[in-house]
Amino acid sequence: MAFGSVDRVRKVFASEELLTRSSDPVVALDDASFDFEQGQLIALLGPSGCGKTTLLRIIAGLIAKTSGSIEIGGRDVTEPLGDYGFVFQAPSLMPWRSVIENVLFPMEILGRRDQAARQRAVDLLDLVGLSAFLQARPHQLSGGMQQRVALCRALIHRPQLLLMDEPFGALDEFTRLEMNDLLLRIRLETKATVLFVTHSISEAVYLSDKVLVFSRRPARVAREIIIDLPYPRVQQVRFTPEFTGFERTASEALGVIPPQDQAIPVLP
Amino acid sequence: MRTRVASQVGYPLLGVLLILVTWLLICWIGNLPTVVLPTPDKVLRAFINRFDLLVSEGWFTLKETLGGFLLALLIGLPISIGIANSRPLNLMFYPLLVALQSVPKVALAPIVMIWLGTGMQSKLAIVWLVAFFPIIVDTTAGLRATPKELLELAQSLRASSLQIFLKIQFPAALPFVLTGAKVGMTLAVIGAVIGEFVSSSEGLGYLLLSATSQLDTPLAFAALFALSLLGILSYLLVELAELLVASWLPPSSQRH
Repeated sequence: MAFGSVDRVRKVFASEELLTRSSDPVVALDDASFDFEQGQLIALLGPSGCGKTTLLRIIAGLIAKTSGSIEIGGRDVTEPLGDYGFVFQAPSLMPWRSVIENVLFPMEILGRRDQAARQRAVDLLDLVGLSAFLQARPHQLSGGMQQRVALCRALIHRPQLLLMDEPFGALDEFTRLEMNDLLLRIRLETKATVLFVTHSISEAVYLSDKVLVFSRRPARVAREIIIDLPYPRVQQVRFTPEFTGFERTASEALGVIPPQDQAIPVLP
Repeated sequence: MRTRVASQVGYPLLGVLLILVTWLLICWIGNLPTVVLPTPDKVLRAFINRFDLLVSEGWFTLKETLGGFLLALLIGLPISIGIANSRPLNLMFYPLLVALQSVPKVALAPIVMIWLGTGMQSKLAIVWLVAFFPIIVDTTAGLRATPKELLELAQSLRASSLQIFLKIQFPAALPFVLTGAKVGMTLAVIGAVIGEFVSSSEGLGYLLLSATSQLDTPLAFAALFALSLLGILSYLLVELAELLVASWLPPSSQRH
């Protein structure tokens, strides 16, 4: 039995939930199924608005599924389990709290805010290179730094599952590459299990153990690609034939390029 | 640095001086009698000579203003919280509140007098009436604008509704509350004066009215200035409250 299993999850939004004029219900997810093991990073790759984010929220227990079942660590997910970490596309920090207070927020909610929690917050912020900014306010930090704080906040309570919803999508390319390496390092340190929603093919391949390629709405898992690139991963791996091979497979599954056996047009 | 301070203080002073000179010129050139428009020095003299009277009447008006404002805050906040967190309450009352906001509440002043008499009570009620709506409408808007991600984060940690309210919803709404309070406080002073105009035997509005009826225009102008000072003072009180929570808040340019 896998650590996490998502089995034929279906989500249909009634039209009134969407506030649209059309009266047809919208199928956001159609029989999405996949498994993952503890300590893995699974990338959910697909075009924007294809339903990956909806799936992530269903796995978090934040919205109800129409049918299907989800089991994480031996527990059925029908409501929030209380030990997940969440990183959103926007840092979503609380502007009225200092950096360390933001990181400690989950411990406060869980009633475990003690000296050990504080020490862990300091250690995590140190790990992401923000030890000089413990007492800073979020608005004093750059976008990338804010997202690093959000990452620490998501990890402070040692979540059994870390959900990341296009967390680096709003960052510039350089910061994004930096954040990718940071995430790889943090995974190594914390052994976190991660579900990572992205629409970047190369980010998905670079970070993950397995890429799930989602089809356009209604979303279903069109293809599973096992990424068996060695760890620790470094940026150079992006230029190896194996890496570009994975990118090509993902691109084909997404329909960005035609299947490999078709002739590649040759430039005159 | 010195020139910047000098210009920051100097130019406003120059502006005031210009207005005063224009005022004087109008009095002299138009040869206006004091009853119509007293010269600035006569107003100043009235202000100094009747300072005790202005302070005691001003104290009454200040009590009306602050008392009514605090009532508006104390009654408005719980109602806002109810409306923002309950869909039925919201559907029942929010559109009504927004519509009522545009009703000229001061027009109700004579009716309030019939109900509550001409003393402090009726003034408090009128001030409450004008300050209540901006506070409640802004606060409700703020409480409903809680960032969705923060709510999801709290829900994913199984936070209680009380935790969500105290740790996320309310602090996130605080800038809105302060905006509403500023508008409310400005209107509160107006409400107090209107209440005194309609019927009163105390307060700066009453003093202004009785001074003009006795053709003591310098005193009327002095009362007017006292009222302006009172308005500025009460507004500064809200600003002070904002300053106290400012460490919570990002600079105003980055709020929402």
